[in-house]
Amino acid sequence: MQALAELKEQIRQALPELDVVIGWQQGYDALHTSPLFIRSEEDLEKLVVNEFCVVNPASYLREMRGGKKVGLVLKGCDSRSVIQLVQEDLLKLEDLTIFGFGCNGVLNHAKLQARFGDIGYIKSIENSGASVTIEVDENKETVPFSELCADKCLTCSYPNTLQCTHFAGEESSKEAESEQDKALEEFEKLSMEERFSFWQDQMRRCIRCYACRNACPMCVCKDHCLANSRETKWLSEEVDVQNNFMFQLIHVMHLTGRCVECGECERACPMDIPIMLLRRKMAGVVRDVFAYNAGTNAEETPPLMCFKVEEPTIEERH
Amino acid sequence: MACKFISNENTNQWLEALAKDHVVFVPVDDGGTVTFRPFGEGRKLVLDRMPVRSAKEAVFPQSETLLTYKYDKDPENPERTSVRIRETLPKERAVVFGARPCGTRGMAVFDKVFDNDRIRDPYYATRREHTMFVTLACTKVESTCFCHEVGSGPADTSCSDVLLTPVQGGYAAEAVTECGEKMLEASFFADGGDKCAEAEAVKKATREMLGEAHDFSDAPEKLLAAFDDDEFWEEQAAGCLSCGACTYLCPTCYCFNITDEATGTTGKRVRSWDTCMSFQYTLEGSGHNPRSTKAKRLKNRVNHKFSYFPESYEKYIACCGCGRCIKSCPASVDIRAIVKAAQARGAEKESK
Repeated sequence: MQALAELKEQIRQALPELDVVIGWQQGYDALHTSPLFIRSEEDLEKLVVNEFCVVNPASYLREMRGGKKVGLVLKGCDSRSVIQLVQEDLLKLEDLTIFGFGCNGVLNHAKLQARFGDIGYIKSIENSGASVTIEVDENKETVPFSELCADKCLTCSYPNTLQCTHFAGEESSKEAESEQDKALEEFEKLSMEERFSFWQDQMRRCIRCYACRNACPMCVCKDHCLANSRETKWLSEEVDVQNNFMFQLIHVMHLTGRCVECGECERACPMDIPIMLLRRKMAGVVRDVFAYNAGTNAEETPPLMCFKVEEPTIEERH
Repeated sequence: MACKFISNENTNQWLEALAKDHVVFVPVDDGGTVTFRPFGEGRKLVLDRMPVRSAKEAVFPQSETLLTYKYDKDPENPERTSVRIRETLPKERAVVFGARPCGTRGMAVFDKVFDNDRIRDPYYATRREHTMFVTLACTKVESTCFCHEVGSGPADTSCSDVLLTPVQGGYAAEAVTECGEKMLEASFFADGGDKCAEAEAVKKATREMLGEAHDFSDAPEKLLAAFDDDEFWEEQAAGCLSCGACTYLCPTCYCFNITDEATGTTGKRVRSWDTCMSFQYTLEGSGHNPRSTKAKRLKNRVNHKFSYFPESYEKYIACCGCGRCIKSCPASVDIRAIVKAAQARGAEKESK
């Protein structure tokens, strides 16, 4: 891949000035990558860029505040979380060196699993860009990429890294297949009672491991999340539908107008709970009300962080 | 061990019969993941995949009420209150069906901690006594499986009452305990015949798929030698997101918290799973935390399983090798690789 070679060269040149560059390396099998923390040229050789680079490197930024010079290899969606953090004054753009490239989408493990029974038994995988050929157990199949990629890739309008310091390879010309998320559209056809019972059923599965929270680049309260606070105690330690749902609703409310829909929360969930439905809904509301798309312009002030007597996008007087 | 045979059809009938006087936990499809739920209500069993959650909840639920309490005001002197406490020991009898040997092997760890010469945790011990385990030998191995490297295997019987091995048309069934022997007396079981040899071949084939086992026997000392090497642990923990998914899905993790969950003058004392990945774990009242960073907390998790526990309990590794922590980790942190890195670190130091 041309972009990878260029990326490596750009990082190699920038590395002496940086404390660390966060990217991806091959994981324990063909379907997994894990985050790579590049501190030396030796580490740099491990860098990979492919359709399994799912972890958002920006999720590690909250640990790196305090003047560290950090480099990040970011997909378009990942770069939005960095911009949003800059907009919220939680990061300084000048402390960051962003290495961008054109993303063609990432594959979704939950979809692979649903299709192939269990991807833990994977034998091989090949991606041609348009389709993916996978061999699990005795079953070998070729499936269109769009059926196995993350939902966010189907509606993505930012395949190229935004506001990057360096850009490697050619720009991606990948376009959104649809404007609205299909799963959300289907969900909204349900009655309120049906929606409530859907979430009750989903929340029964939640194990409150907080992987959704910790994988989220925008969850910056870190160790002081109210889910764990003892004084005041907002949530019971009892793991039941009511408490699980309460946590998830607190989570989504804290992300409203901030969530860049990178999908890390849902990807991280070991119980495959479709919590992106909640995030997309709220992001859609913010788009409708404030004409605002989180994390796309570092100069902009997010709508819920400012007060205007008359919001230009809201018709207040009739 | 006597070997019997049960057909697929009879297995279902057997489960129905068991469900009459037991809660029977079976692995079912639960919104795309596989978890243990009570048998019945048209739930479809999933036996060809390793469940995402282990069956540890059958003996150690994620949250359980230890007691309930109520404060009463003294009518003569409202300043004074008395408290009434009611014990809530678990009563139900349960059967866990279709767990993998690795998923139940965690109980070997729990037994040593919760039920020994000095301590008997009545909640755990009661559930353990009242729960029977019918496990299912594996016929495939996943990229995250390493049971054979921690003293176990795909047909491990150490925490089973009955071990089933898939064979043509049903399962070969072996009783492991006396209680398991009684279970196999049910009319649904036929004589094993040539199914026993078939089962042995299945077990052997799965074990071969796992390949040669890495030797973890010197891990306790090598990990201890790396204890103060902060750089090593920070490097190992760099990708960790500090969530608790690994510990909650782990069949051997048993750390817990106890809180009083009050509503007005009544409340419950609840025991719930804790996780060493959380900042609140070992956070002292003073505000001091001996495990203040994620690197120190990950060190605790790895060392607990591969160093501290073996040191305290006759070299027993407190990891069952199921790989759930690896498979469900959002950042693909691999505990095998960490222990191996500690072992290699030792070798590097020696060669210098």
